[in-house]
Parts: sequence; structure tokens; C-alpha cells
Amino acid sequence: MDVYAETILEHYRHPQGKKRLPSPTVTHEEVNHACGDALTVDLVLRDGNIAVIGWEGTGCAISQAGMSLLSEELSGMTAEGAEALTKQDMDAMLGVPIGPRRFKCALLSLHTVKNALRKWRGEEAQGWLETVQLAEHEPLRRIIT
Amino acid sequence: MPFHLPAIRRQFPILSRQIDGHPLIYLDNAATAQKPEAVLEAMDRFYRHSNGNAHRGMHVLAEEATIAFEDARNAVARFIGARRPEEIIFTKSCTEAINLVARSFGESLKSGDAIALSILEHHSNVVPWLQLKERDGIEILWLDCDAEGRLHPEELRHILDRGRVKLLSITAQSNVLGIRPPLAEMIALAHAAGMLVMVDAAQAIAHGHIDVRALDCDFLAFSGHKLYGPTGIGVLYGKQKLLEAMPPFLGGGMMIHEVHRDHFTAADIPAKFEAGTQPIAEAVGLHAAINWFTQFDWNDIVNHEQELLTHAASALNDIPGLHVLGPLSIRHLPLAIRHSASGCLSFTIDGVHPHDLTEILGRKGICLRAGHHCTQPLHKRLGIAASTRLSVGIYNTKEEIDATVEAIGEIVSHFTR
Repeated sequence: MDVYAETILEHYRHPQGKKRLPSPTVTHEEVNHACGDALTVDLVLRDGNIAVIGWEGTGCAISQAGMSLLSEELSGMTAEGAEALTKQDMDAMLGVPIGPRRFKCALLSLHTVKNALRKWRGEEAQGWLETVQLAEHEPLRRIIT
Repeated sequence: MPFHLPAIRRQFPILSRQIDGHPLIYLDNAATAQKPEAVLEAMDRFYRHSNGNAHRGMHVLAEEATIAFEDARNAVARFIGARRPEEIIFTKSCTEAINLVARSFGESLKSGDAIALSILEHHSNVVPWLQLKERDGIEILWLDCDAEGRLHPEELRHILDRGRVKLLSITAQSNVLGIRPPLAEMIALAHAAGMLVMVDAAQAIAHGHIDVRALDCDFLAFSGHKLYGPTGIGVLYGKQKLLEAMPPFLGGGMMIHEVHRDHFTAADIPAKFEAGTQPIAEAVGLHAAINWFTQFDWNDIVNHEQELLTHAASALNDIPGLHVLGPLSIRHLPLAIRHSASGCLSFTIDGVHPHDLTEILGRKGICLRAGHHCTQPLHKRLGIAASTRLSVGIYNTKEEIDATVEAIGEIVSHFTR
């Protein structure tokens, strides 16, 4: 059960940082319409750093554990640092490479956080292609487009 | 033909496939069914021996293709009890058949007219009508179900008070709950109120005998691939007088009588609705599927599949945290309720998402479907985001159900321990 390694299941059973924040600097929701998985992220930003992160969501073990792992990683990180995270970073956090069938599950959390930060900067939301940075992932590009 | 399961299974080459050393257990028949040798051979033979374009030439191959295509139409007409083969229109899918009615019959609707749908419908029997709503201001009225997902004819009476309903479009079998609405009763009620009735038989067609004359439905749609035939072919049945009065759907070759620089006249049915080169090899495959399937007795097929489903339901009900949806959730099933569902059942599990479950099952060679199954209104009605569906076919065995239930039990305990 590679993808369902104990780390992922542990975060799925006991998600970290899963709570809404009372007064976030920015809030953003993303839904994977292909499967209905949904995540809402609350960020408190201070001096360009992510001071506090909270979230709520529903979905499969990979999307929910991914959000749990990412929220631990992001706490105290600079906004620039968070914006520079890639699919490879998510794979590293999850501890297993995520194949084409499930990469949207694995990246829903990162996609939500990146668009929360863009909203905070007053920029337009980015699409999946940009989050996944498909230039280096030709097989994925063929699936997503 | 006697119903001998090992002999039936031997006729499906894909069933001998292994996935990572596990024998394939295919329980996703509601998505698409596997194909017997007879279908594969018939299509192969057509392409190797008789391939030409139907109704478009004087040479031998064109003639053979034409005969094969029209033979298929006759076979479909006999299979569902249509009065005449002209009442059978070939399309590329069940979805296209429903769209044909929505667009063509829909031309006669005016703003404020209403279409009635049941909450059980697949998106393919929802979205074409929503498109009419957006374009022409057609109202959509919904028939609700009870807590088990069953439809009751009285709902139809409530609908009548709420709008000028011109057509009821309804599934013959839910692709999630397996529920078969009391169609004959509902059709009689609808007709008495001046409505037409379209039946979406995509699921029902392979799980119980359908006779369009006995049902007295006005339109009925299904696809070839859920009936052990090929993809790429669908069927629309319509009563002759209705089809004759409807304008063409797609424009192109063969659907015309005369074409001038400034106007055209449409061909007679069925050609009026069959623009462009038709799925000829697929029609041949569908004909072979019907011939293959009808060699068995309906009672044998229905009894076999009902046994599999009720066995699956009672075994699944024993897994802690697993909730079977619909009428099969009831433990000691009265026969009448048990038989209001067929073909498939769906369930949720506390703490295990359907996508995780089906991905892990898939690696063990067990194919089940997860998600909303193109029925978002029904899932919202049931208060769930997604479910897992187990759907049976003629070739499935009790041993396959047992192996699947055992695997699900292992996954549940791994996830929730």
C-alpha cells in the first residue's frame, strides 16, 4: 500500500492544523471538481511571513494528509518561500511519488495555498497547469489538458 | 441456452487477464460491460470482409454494409418490442439519444413549459434539459425520492399542480442505487395528464426485459456498450408519429430528401436523424451482442444478478462503518423491496474515502467505481459527497463478491485502526 504509507494515513486520521482561524489575513477555497475534494485555507500573515495557518476540508486521504503535512511545513515560512514550493516538494512531504491518477489530490493543498497568497497580493488565481509546473511533466500535461 | 457460468465466462477474453498477479474482478459493469468473443469476432469480420459505407453505393461492399446496418436496426427493434424498425434511430451514445430528444422535441416547447425529472437522474438526463432551460426558459420540475431512494407515483401528481409539464424524462434504473421506478404506473399517470415520457434505459437495458409497447413509453434511450456491445453506438426509440413530427437534429449527408441553394427538405425517419456516416461496425457489434445475450433466458440472468447483489449487500452490511445506500441497506429484505433495485449498489464507509478505497482495490485487480457517478443532485439529496459502487454483470460470481468484500474489510481495518 505504497501511497497509503503510515505517514499519510496518520495525517489523514489525525490532521494537523485543521481548524478555521477567527481573523485570518486571507482565506481561500479550492475544489477539485473531478472528485469533489475541497480545501479552505486561512492564513495570518505578518511581515511577509505565514504566522498562523488553519484549514478545513473534505476528501480522500491523499488530499487531506497533504494539507496536514503542508500546514506543518508552512508555519513560519515566508510568503515567497511558500510560493516557490513545487510538486517535488509535495512528493517529498508525502514521502512517496504521486502518479498521474492522483496528482491533483496531492497538489490540492499547495494549489489552495498558492492562490490564497495571490489573493493576498491582489493577483488573479493561477490555474492547475501553473501549480503543477507541467513543463517538466509532459505525461501529466497530456492528462490534464 | 442453459445458464452455465463457467461457459459464459470463457466467452469473455478479458476475464482471464491478471493485474499484478491478481485475477481481474470486474464489478464496474454499470460504467461499461465487457465484450464476448461473438461481438469482437463480428466486428472484426465486418472490417475484414464487408467494410463499406451504408446507403451510399451500388457496389458489393456498400450493399453488404447496408444490409448489416439495417439488420442491426431490425434486431434492436425486435429486442425492445418496437412496432417498426423505423422507430429505431442509431446515435453515438445514450447521451446523444437524450440530447436528440431535448433539442428536436424541445423545439416545440415554449417559455414556461416544464420538463419533469426524477432526482435519480444521471447528468446525461439532466444537463440537456438544463440547456433548454437556459436557452428557452423551460422549467425543470423535480420528482423527489424517499429515504431509501425510491420514487412514488404520487410525486407525479404533485408535479402536475406546479407547472405546464410537457414531458417526463426518467431513468428505468438508477446508476447509483439500482432502483427501478414503477415505470408502467408512472407512464400511465403521465399520459393521463397529457405528458409524454422519455425513458433513460442506459442501466436497465442489460438487467431486465424491456418492451416499449407494453411500457407505452414515447421515447427510450440506451447504449450498446452496457449491453456487452461496443462503445460508440446508442439507440433512440421513438413512437413513429412523434419522430415524424420532430425536426432534424444534426444536419448533413443522408438526413436529407432534397438540398437546394436556399433550403432543404428532410428525409423520412430513421434517416432524418442519422446525419453523416453511421457507426456501422458498431451496429454490427451491437447486433452480435443482442444475439449473444438473448440466447439466455431473462429469468436466469435476473435471478443470477439478484443473488449476487443481495449476497453483496448482506456481506457488506457486516463491515463496521460501512453504509449501503438505498433499499439494499435494509438487513432482512422483504422480497418486493429487494427487487426494486438491480444491477448495482453503492455505499459509503466512515473514515475511508471512495477514491482511496477503489485505488487500493484496483491494485488487487478489483474494479469498482468511486465518485458521484454523474449524479450530483442525487448525492446532494442523500447528503453525501461521493460513494463507491459495485455493479454486477452476467459473468460475475459469488466468489468474486466474497473476494471483494474481504478486500474491502482489510482496507477498512487498515485505515481505521
